[in-house]
Amino acid sequence: MKSRLFFDKIYKRIFFGAAFLSVFTLLGIFGMLLINGLNMFSEVSVGEFLLGRVWNPAAYGEAKYGILAMMASTGLVTIGAMAIAIPLGIGTAAYLSEISSPRLAAILKPIIEILAAIPSVAIGFLGIVLVGPFLANVFGLNNGLNALNGALLLAVMALPTIITVAEDAIRAVPKAYKEGSYALGANKWTTLIQVTLPSSYSGIIAAVMLGMGRAIGETMTVLMATGNATSMPEGYFSSIRTMTATIAIELGEVPFGTTHYYSLFAIGTVLFLITLAVNLLAERIAASYRKMGQ
Amino acid sequence: MLLVFGSSCGRPGVEKVSIKGSDTEVNLVLQLAETFMKDDPDVSIAVTGGGSGAGISALLNGKADIANSSRPFKSAEIEIASGREIDAKAIIFAIDALVLVVNPATRMDSLSLAQVGAIFRGDFQNWSDLGGPNMPISLYGRQSNSGTFVFFREHILRDEYSQDIKQMNGTAQIIEAVKSDPAAIGYVGIGYVVNKVGEVMEGIGVVKIQTDSSQAALNPVEKKHIISGAYPITRPLFQYVNGQASGKLLEFIRFELSSAGQRIVQENGYFPISSQQAQHNQSILPGL
Repeated sequence: MKSRLFFDKIYKRIFFGAAFLSVFTLLGIFGMLLINGLNMFSEVSVGEFLLGRVWNPAAYGEAKYGILAMMASTGLVTIGAMAIAIPLGIGTAAYLSEISSPRLAAILKPIIEILAAIPSVAIGFLGIVLVGPFLANVFGLNNGLNALNGALLLAVMALPTIITVAEDAIRAVPKAYKEGSYALGANKWTTLIQVTLPSSYSGIIAAVMLGMGRAIGETMTVLMATGNATSMPEGYFSSIRTMTATIAIELGEVPFGTTHYYSLFAIGTVLFLITLAVNLLAERIAASYRKMGQ
Repeated sequence: MLLVFGSSCGRPGVEKVSIKGSDTEVNLVLQLAETFMKDDPDVSIAVTGGGSGAGISALLNGKADIANSSRPFKSAEIEIASGREIDAKAIIFAIDALVLVVNPATRMDSLSLAQVGAIFRGDFQNWSDLGGPNMPISLYGRQSNSGTFVFFREHILRDEYSQDIKQMNGTAQIIEAVKSDPAAIGYVGIGYVVNKVGEVMEGIGVVKIQTDSSQAALNPVEKKHIISGAYPITRPLFQYVNGQASGKLLEFIRFELSSAGQRIVQENGYFPISSQQAQHNQSILPGL
């Protein structure tokens, strides 16, 4: 009896430690980004950093540290990717869980999951040799290294996450809801749109936000496929350089301890805060729908 | 345990040399290293790219024996070197001509240096401004870790690049982009433009360069314009070592500068060093 209680205590400690390890890691990363990033503001004002349109730290003349254009670029590809991936992802999830035969779903699901395993560098390569020339052809452009290319590739990369999580959410809707709907004379389509999907909203929103997080943070694919021009994007046919690509390109050669070095950490901090905001928002929305469901 | 480790790392007595840096130089140095290793099985040379900036920081961090660089050290790098007591010595082992490459659809046969600078600063937006077809100019360049990026900015632009320039990962990517984009112009080292027998690769146009309006436009692919120094955009290709090199490292550099090494330099489209540069090398690294 005594030893049972003893082990109970030990396990409690272990799991407590495991839970806090990730919290500490998160705080550690954020602290490291913040401490390094804040160093740059002795040279550059916060306003210049967040609202400046020119990013040119290794300049011929005066160095410029404005990240507005790259924030707009990250926003542009993320919104584009979500516009493609959300309807496609939720549609696929609904099909897999509600419409397709279990046998077909058993074949399709693993294939979709394999999509998540393709390395981002391979997808970026496809962007250069396949999607780029295709876009140039279809839209009559000179080249396809632009935001649309990046958005398409990111949509492909976000799809497996969205589909898997959304499908689980839809499957978790109690059978009684659907049976109630059928009993009232609703057909399969009406039941899906008006009963099943609304009652799995919290899970679907979580799926979308997870996919969005993937798109915001993705680096290699956008670095390869979007052309890396630092100018303010004018639309989906502009060449762009995202925040992640900027960090990846410049961190390799920047001299340690310079304003340029710290500015890359400051970009990392902003990126962290954006994803944090996305996650908190997702949590909020999901919680409010959960309440509605009860 | 030690034995296992030793055998998995290669034969004992094999000296290792690691070379990192310039994307312009990487193919050339790789070929030099392969030829050198064929005759000397007791040395293993690893050559990687990443850009001149990456090579220099590898040398400064003690992670490379040679930094390939197509630009001299920046003042910040000199400071770091002296702070870490690194005695960076530069030898010149080849001469490069920077080539302006365009897609043939731009119909740009020749440009003046001033026009090239203006194009890359973004002063011209459309090829029609330069007598070409009505197409917006697509600029292709390298990233700031590239020595070529820095050299071109210091010597041709003398100002900032246009913000619309697409920053490509390496020279090979610029060549691919110029081939497929009808409105493209880019700058590359000559080794990426010509094949073994000195012919320009298919699908790209080499722009003849006019130093000023009183002079004829010169084609960098014609060797005599480089040898005579008339072609305006040439530059030395450097290799930096830390202090007096010795052993296989010194032997390899000696091989690069030998007539056999300089022949490989020319086979790759670059140009041999002059006798003054050879003398300069010897004063930097006695024993060459």
